[in-house]
Amino acid sequence: MTGALLAQYREMLRIRRFEERCAELYSAERIRGFVHLYIGEEAVAVGVIGQLVQDDAMVTTYRDHGHALARGMDMAAVMSEMFGRVEGVSRGRGGSMHLFSAEHRFYGGNGIVGGGLPLAVGLGLADHLQGRERVTACFFGEGAMAEGEFHESINLAALWQLPVLFVCENNLYAMGTALARSESETDLALKAAAYEVPAWSCDGMDVEAVSHAAQRAVALVRDSGGPVFLEARTYRFRAHSMYDPDRYRDKAEIELWRTRDPLRIAADRLLDRGEATDEDLRDIDTEVTEEVDASVAAAEAAAWEDVDHLTRFVMSEGVPT
Amino acid sequence: MTAPTSVRPTTYREAIREAMREAMRRDDRVFLMGEDVGRYGGGFGVSLGLLEEFGEDRVRDTPLSESGFVGAGIGAALGGMRPIVEIMTVNFSLLALDQILNTAATLLHMSGGQFNVPLVIRMTTGGGRQLAAQHSHSLEGYYAHIPGLRVLAPATIEDAYGMLEPALADPDPVVIFEHGSLYNEKGTLPDPPTAVPLEGAAVRRAGTDVTLVTSGGCLGRCLDAADDLAGSGISAEVIDLRSLRPIDDDTVGASVSRTHRAIVVDEGWRSVGMSAEVAARIAERCFYDLDAPVGRVAAVEVPIPYPRHLEAAALPSAERIAAAARKAVLGDG
Repeated sequence: MTGALLAQYREMLRIRRFEERCAELYSAERIRGFVHLYIGEEAVAVGVIGQLVQDDAMVTTYRDHGHALARGMDMAAVMSEMFGRVEGVSRGRGGSMHLFSAEHRFYGGNGIVGGGLPLAVGLGLADHLQGRERVTACFFGEGAMAEGEFHESINLAALWQLPVLFVCENNLYAMGTALARSESETDLALKAAAYEVPAWSCDGMDVEAVSHAAQRAVALVRDSGGPVFLEARTYRFRAHSMYDPDRYRDKAEIELWRTRDPLRIAADRLLDRGEATDEDLRDIDTEVTEEVDASVAAAEAAAWEDVDHLTRFVMSEGVPT
Repeated sequence: MTAPTSVRPTTYREAIREAMREAMRRDDRVFLMGEDVGRYGGGFGVSLGLLEEFGEDRVRDTPLSESGFVGAGIGAALGGMRPIVEIMTVNFSLLALDQILNTAATLLHMSGGQFNVPLVIRMTTGGGRQLAAQHSHSLEGYYAHIPGLRVLAPATIEDAYGMLEPALADPDPVVIFEHGSLYNEKGTLPDPPTAVPLEGAAVRRAGTDVTLVTSGGCLGRCLDAADDLAGSGISAEVIDLRSLRPIDDDTVGASVSRTHRAIVVDEGWRSVGMSAEVAARIAERCFYDLDAPVGRVAAVEVPIPYPRHLEAAALPSAERIAAAARKAVLGDG
């Protein structure tokens, strides 16, 4: 599969550069609200979402920029959402935490930890009842596994054999609370397996490892029609949100994980295999940076929603579909 | 509108069951799920027999996980189905309040109009059955507070039957409150049944001296109070709100502007609830038409107790309603 890793590298770099720009724009007070960056975790979104097809669905969390970009949502429209503009993917009403796209079957951007899981089960139920062979991929952090909604949802999906891929992005910290301080059982795949769901873990810093694990997981969901649980062991290099002073993590721990930067792992491998040169990688960076620049320019030029439209979309307009 | 050819005897419970049966026959996308809706026939027997007719795929017994199955209903609605989710009681629905408020009610707005949630949630509400403080409350006001929801309280057999079809056709989440004391209520339905609107209050009894504004399980008590008042020469108009969100201010306002007196009757607690909302709206709209302060008859502010006499003392009764109306009409003296 020559070229696959290079394409994945590019996708991860798009997320990395987008997120770095979001951090700058947040500091410059151009982006407000809560902003949760995906830096360090890029291999998970790129590795898993690459295994989905257009007709599959996605449900995710407030740390959703990477998922939206990896799903193919337009970067300028995602950036416009950060700016709260009407050209944003949610018409500016959602912001960073609530990215949506009907076209991409991207059901958000849920700000309630665990809140998206029942929704994913329901999407799987609708497919099951209508005899459609689609997969719903549901992303959540390890913090969500302490929520009742995780247990209720995975139980339902297993009981009713619904085609849901549960993707746990284990970045080891539920905001500031370390995994071992919040879970009696820290082997998360084991917890999921207690529900009779096939469950395994992968190295979330290695995009090829994620891809292989996700390929197997998606295929199993599609073939069996039932749920699968995949844990991606990852790490966020930045704080929980732009608001977070990050006092709870050891600097040495962060530095250690930085040596396992998913972009660096992929770049080294590309160079070792002769699938890319330093110059190729620099060119990709230039192109990606231009795309990010263009997204910011588009967002800055985008319009604000008319205040007269404040109460639109509280209830549906027109005829039901 | 064609005149009904006949009437058929039924109960409030059977009317809801019949409406669900017809909806499921009419539309493959409609299915029912909830705790004990299948084999058991529904915690209050509403869905008895539906499993046998429609099978386990469409009448789904769920585990005891309100948040999980209500959320699954939201997801199924997004996936093209038309779910009816039954929650056994309003007290249990609090376990699903996150899904109802944070997801069902917000998704359309948060997504900039991309994702509407055509979900119907039915639940039992209300006291009067000696079920004590975790099965008896009337929390309709909690839901009526939430933009993005439509909240219904069918007080009659005709509404219990007739509201389901338009609720299922509605593109947005609809919460239907069924007062537990109404399930055995006997009555008739026109045959064929006529459609009812989702919005708009109904004048259930016309009167000239005072307006009793109520909904759901309190309607019968208001009508009893109106009978009693008629014996003392007081003519009470009784308005059934039917929809708690949106509230039909026009019908209420027009009535109070004629009678010049209003009593709001609600089985929820008095503070910060439905009765407070309706009273405030009357004050805003009819202040200069009022001949007496707006009165309220609501639940006493206590967790509903088990013993019959204490429970009865906690809930609005025809006597309390009539007394409040007399005070408004005749004054304190």
